[in-house]
Amino acid sequence: MYNFNFEPVFAGFDQLLLGAWLTIQLSVAAMIIGLIVSIACAAGKTSGIAPLRWIIDAYIEIIRNTPFLVQIFFIFFGLPSLGIFLTPNSAALVALVVNFGAYGTEIIRAGIESIQKGQIEAGTALGLSKLQVFRYIIMKPALRTVYPSLTSQFIYLMLTSSVVSAISADDLAAAGNNLQSQTFASFEVYIVITIMYLVMSVGFSTIFSAIEKAAFKYPLSR
Amino acid sequence: MPLIRPFGINEFWIIVLAAQWTIALSAIAFAGGGIGGLLIALLRVSDAKWPRLIATGFIRVFQGTPLLMQLFLVFFGMNILGFAINPWLAATVALTLHASAFLGEIWRGCIEAVPPGQREAATALGLRYYNRMRYIVLPQALKIAVAPTVGFLVQLIKGTSLAAIIGFTELTRQGQIINNATFSPFMVFGTVAAVYFVLCWPLSVLARRMELRFSRATAR
Repeated sequence: MYNFNFEPVFAGFDQLLLGAWLTIQLSVAAMIIGLIVSIACAAGKTSGIAPLRWIIDAYIEIIRNTPFLVQIFFIFFGLPSLGIFLTPNSAALVALVVNFGAYGTEIIRAGIESIQKGQIEAGTALGLSKLQVFRYIIMKPALRTVYPSLTSQFIYLMLTSSVVSAISADDLAAAGNNLQSQTFASFEVYIVITIMYLVMSVGFSTIFSAIEKAAFKYPLSR
Repeated sequence: MPLIRPFGINEFWIIVLAAQWTIALSAIAFAGGGIGGLLIALLRVSDAKWPRLIATGFIRVFQGTPLLMQLFLVFFGMNILGFAINPWLAATVALTLHASAFLGEIWRGCIEAVPPGQREAATALGLRYYNRMRYIVLPQALKIAVAPTVGFLVQLIKGTSLAAIIGFTELTRQGQIINNATFSPFMVFGTVAAVYFVLCWPLSVLARRMELRFSRATAR
């Protein structure tokens, strides 16, 4: 019978907590930048300029049909041959932003397309500028509509970010790998880390639904 | 013999042929996950409380933790249970469990999308659980389930790349090996990505078409 030994895991628990904090920082940063990329791409895709739409479509299809691990290998190992050198941590951030951007674009595009044309025309008729129409008439209700998909995509991003440990970027999974090689208590380390990821994803979805309740109090229709 | 060999046509074919392991792993995990997923979905829509709670817990755990950690846990957990370390078996078991949870959740939604009147009518006609599910509910749920299931298959194929991290030589791991020998990461990982794209893109397009056709067919 195997004897579980959790003592070394809890002795190195501060390392794991630091790792969890790095994972949170990395995923939040990737989400914020990725959201900007998504909004820009969704705006480009719905702009009606054909070549722009083709480029964005190609980007989305390539990212959504290849594994994240291969994307991060390509960015970290492949880009230096084009003269672009990235540290593991910045390569991880770039890869997560590029990955989230593709999924986020499709989510936000769906939100933009749910806005009725009459609303946009009404906004223009009221004398709002193009930017104002985009900001207040299109984006605000669109973001509300797609809020649930965006938040579950964020949690998926946080879970995916564990893969960045494969290029030795700093995060929770990497902290676990280090602790595992120091203590040889592999199973114990990974079970604790898995529980930490579970706690983070439950925690984030609780926070997101609290934000939803606070931010979207105004009525949707009469 | 030079230490670093160039990336040539042989290296290209070694990578392309490694896709067979990715396909095999995906196929086994999908088949196993199909059986497990059906079980989870049925437990999840059960009238009894405990089966429902167990299925919900199973789904929550697998959807709330990274696939990489699931692979590590099965990999090291099998060692604890007395099995020899075997990346092939570990990857198969982990991906099967992962697919069971995701397919279970997808199919639960499809079963619940069948109008409740169908089940009630079947019960009124005297059909017991097995016949009700087998002849009334599941065939109707199947129609709804096809498109999202194909969509999940794409996610599963991409997920098999993580088996490379525990040392199973499939497409991505073969890419790493070739990259260590040729040191032309741009070509190697570009090729690996292209092979995944060739596997996944047709399925993505198929899923999207089926979804569109289904939403047209059911639109009132």
